[in-house]
Amino acid sequence: MDTTRRDFLTAAATVAGATATTDLAHPEDHVHSEVPSDVALRVKSLESLLVEKGLVDQAALDAVVDVYENKVGPRNGARVVARAWVDPAYKQRLLTNGTAAIAELGFSGEQGQAITVVENTPQVHNLIVCTLCSCYPWPVLGLPPVWYKSAPYRSRAVIDPRGVLREFGTQLPDDVEVRVWDSAAEARFMVLPERPAGTEHLGEEALAALVTRDAMIGVAKVLPPATTGGRQ
Amino acid sequence: MNGIHDMGGMQDMGPVETEKNEPVFHARWEARVAAIGRALAATGKLKGGLRPPIENLPPLDYLRMSYYEKRLVSLVERMLAGGLVTRAELDSGSPAAGSAKSVPALKPVDVLSFMRRTPSLLNDNLVAARFQVGQSVRARNINPVTHTRLPRYARGKSGVIERDRGVAPFPDTSVYGQGDKPQHVYSVRFSAREVWGAGAAAQDAVYIDLWEDYLEPA
Repeated sequence: MDTTRRDFLTAAATVAGATATTDLAHPEDHVHSEVPSDVALRVKSLESLLVEKGLVDQAALDAVVDVYENKVGPRNGARVVARAWVDPAYKQRLLTNGTAAIAELGFSGEQGQAITVVENTPQVHNLIVCTLCSCYPWPVLGLPPVWYKSAPYRSRAVIDPRGVLREFGTQLPDDVEVRVWDSAAEARFMVLPERPAGTEHLGEEALAALVTRDAMIGVAKVLPPATTGGRQ
Repeated sequence: MNGIHDMGGMQDMGPVETEKNEPVFHARWEARVAAIGRALAATGKLKGGLRPPIENLPPLDYLRMSYYEKRLVSLVERMLAGGLVTRAELDSGSPAAGSAKSVPALKPVDVLSFMRRTPSLLNDNLVAARFQVGQSVRARNINPVTHTRLPRYARGKSGVIERDRGVAPFPDTSVYGQGDKPQHVYSVRFSAREVWGAGAAAQDAVYIDLWEDYLEPA
């Protein structure tokens, strides 16, 4: 128990350190400057054991990390959303078979075998959660943020979705229907947010730049582009 | 199991705390845990489900540990169960004397295609569907002490089948190697009031994908 407790405190300190970092472009540099935590040493030892046993190739591990850090992520999902906004036929395919339509744009992989896209409208707002674990549509959104996997979000998203949305600054009219999707089986959900007003002149790329991860989870809406010179 | 992981509906966990410009990994070891997990998945020798070792953690540990610490617990347990490493090797950090050296299943050149490969689904026609879209169903009131995907908050509640999601192995048995029991999974719409009572907004709903064995006609 002592070991677990210490591991937790060390890990918590590591996370806190990364959070406090102001140099956001290089968060890991900060962590590297700390004394390695117990868990960091354990993982290092595990990795060298597996390399010695010929079970993993370190260059392959580096490449896997590169995929997680640079090749999957919400920019993929944003492209899917923007395409759906400009191409009604694509949107129809996306809502009918998410996995297939997402693959049209070249996105696929683990946690993507049954992506279900749910559409926000003026009448319906969708919110995604995994109360039991951390299920998330990796090919379009990448790995989930810490808060998505956290106890507060997982516990309250189903019982108090409107309260959770308010914490994210999203206030919904009382008459809007809130649909919470608890990812308990194979399906992984992604929200197709509403296209904001005043974006009729924008092309696909400019539209994609407006789409945030939070909007595709359903905790936020996509905001119109900031007016030049005005406040956000 | 009615464990701490099954937290849908709890109200005392505090506010949701977000982090601006959150990195994908907060430390190098987290990235290595994720990568080792993927690389060993390619061996096909990790044994057991990802979740049971995490769900079996003592509740205080579950709440204290970070996500990747829990992933590490699960990874180690599945490596041991699959015979990829021994406890003695983990303790010493060195391969057992005289043990054969493997060839890594995941080569650097294959990583991109491996990561883009989408796992396949079972054929929807493998078994017949017991329920139809539009049918009223009730989530059974069961309390297995083992892994299940029927959240506690839904048990005993009635809903309507919104969509048939096709056939999938039944996790309650498949994660233990006790048979796939392939069956239909349904997206079930539960009204928020059915689940949470009169305080919930009348039009709101929770949708849960549930295996056929979790459901009975309502």
